Amino acid sequence: MSDAAAEATSAALPRARTDWLPLALVPVLALAALPLVGDLSAWVTLTLAGLAMGMMIFLMASGLTLVFGLMDIINFGHGVFISLGAYATLIVLGPLAGWASADSVTLNLALLLLCIAVAMGLTAVVGAVFERVIVRPVYGSHLKQILVTMGGLIVAEQAIHAIWGASPIPIPLPETLRGAFVVGDVVMERYRVVAVGIGLFVFAAMQLLLNRTRIGLLIRAGVENPEMVEALGYRIRRLFVSVFVAGSALAGLGGVMWAFYRQTLTAGMGMDVMVLVFIVIIVGGLGSVGGCFVGSILVALVANYVGFLAPKLALVSNILVMALVLIWRPQGLFPVARR
Amino acid sequence: MAEGPADPLLRLEGVQTHIGPYHILHGIYFEVPAGELTMLLGRNGAGKTTTLRTIMGLWRASAGSILFDGRDIAALPTPDIARSGIAYVPESMGIFTDLTVRENIVLAARSGPVDKARLEWILGLFPALKRFWNLPAGHLSGGQKQMLAIARAIAEPRQLLLVDEPTKGLAPVMVRSMIEAFRALKAAGETILLVEQNFHAASQLGDNVIVMDDGLVVHSGAMSELVADKALQQRLLGLSLDAHQ
Repeated sequence: MSDAAAEATSAALPRARTDWLPLALVPVLALAALPLVGDLSAWVTLTLAGLAMGMMIFLMASGLTLVFGLMDIINFGHGVFISLGAYATLIVLGPLAGWASADSVTLNLALLLLCIAVAMGLTAVVGAVFERVIVRPVYGSHLKQILVTMGGLIVAEQAIHAIWGASPIPIPLPETLRGAFVVGDVVMERYRVVAVGIGLFVFAAMQLLLNRTRIGLLIRAGVENPEMVEALGYRIRRLFVSVFVAGSALAGLGGVMWAFYRQTLTAGMGMDVMVLVFIVIIVGGLGSVGGCFVGSILVALVANYVGFLAPKLALVSNILVMALVLIWRPQGLFPVARR
Repeated sequence: MAEGPADPLLRLEGVQTHIGPYHILHGIYFEVPAGELTMLLGRNGAGKTTTLRTIMGLWRASAGSILFDGRDIAALPTPDIARSGIAYVPESMGIFTDLTVRENIVLAARSGPVDKARLEWILGLFPALKRFWNLPAGHLSGGQKQMLAIARAIAEPRQLLLVDEPTKGLAPVMVRSMIEAFRALKAAGETILLVEQNFHAASQLGDNVIVMDDGLVVHSGAMSELVADKALQQRLLGLSLDAHQ
């Protein structure tokens, strides 16, 4: 920044308002649930489980919100990348199954990281092909996008059946990640703690990328006005492909985490969570990574608290959260200025 | 054109544009000399905005050629046209409201960090931007957004600046600021093609003038000739300059 700019920033400036209200929703909700749950240790356990679930939903949804926001693509095929990421664990677990049961933290964590790397690589490649063959011909037509990407999803699910079989496949959780940390009466599953850590890392990395790099600026600008980005001399098509590939890879990462959480693989596991994924990106505001993060945690916490307090309402709790948020803020918690 | 015209930097030859079933430009011819400010005038719907968008490749020319610095750019994609040295400020300004003022300008400097001396010059032209340097551009007023749009277009040296109605909807004081800014850009030797509805502002700035009607160029020449000829103004634009002063 130049001296003039530095001088400008040092003067008494009007300050940008931070929208704290949506951010406050999560702690307010958690605190409001405490007296209802009654028992502190149960509340802590439910809250931590909700955070972990929220992080896994965020990992699966963050790519889609960028694709939706930047490219205006309604990709119902996003679930394919979640399923494919999950099944990619088999590529690693096949030859390295012994690492899962080995009494070695290093081998256990290396196995998880290898699964993540293979899954992200595979889903990135398949994402590039999916964008070129299925999505690119239907830019600009939402109805065609829905139909074509749903078709792609069905074909990919059948391909998974053909390659890995139709039966559910159990997978082992690495030894170190089994069991729980127990602090007093509070029980924290180890795998959930790892999921929270990975989710926070990915969120921080995405925030850094979007706010501190030129490619991040381009993505944010492209979400708002792709035509103007082109008029500035940037090839938005390349950016579209890059974001689609990155979004697919993130879904692959989410698929790995989801697979180890369930410890069972099914071809439809990606499709099964797509309703939840769409709910969180709508709640967060289409195209907003921060909104997706808050929305994921909010939806997961509500599901956990409601599941504990009123199990019969658990199935509709997500829809209720979305309805209430949209009544309050029709563009979602963190609306992104759009074309 | 003006006396002793410079070599044309931009030349449109028989350019036609269709938007869906509509035939908007019916074969337009004009030149923009280097280092001068050329005004593009005409009533609403005459085809001025379509002309700028066609030059930028945002709408495709269905016939004709657009020669920029001797090279036909009519078939090039928009990013390549921008990279060839043309900056564009649309009527909507195209500001990225979620990005800060600084980020808007940083993004416009494709080749790297904004040159310090150039930034000083730009902030000298538009001092109001200094106050909002780190604020989201969505917080700016309409006039400030227009300043940012032009500042962004000149963040790096460009050969040609296309600006669509920069004074539209602005308060008189902002219009005066804008006129001063364009005077400074002219003095710096920038080549500008400026669409304007405000004939009073146009008459103060333009070296040359092109008047369009119904997708055709109906007049081109020196601005001084049009300002001096009330009958011509009346015929072309349905007004006289005196009525707008």
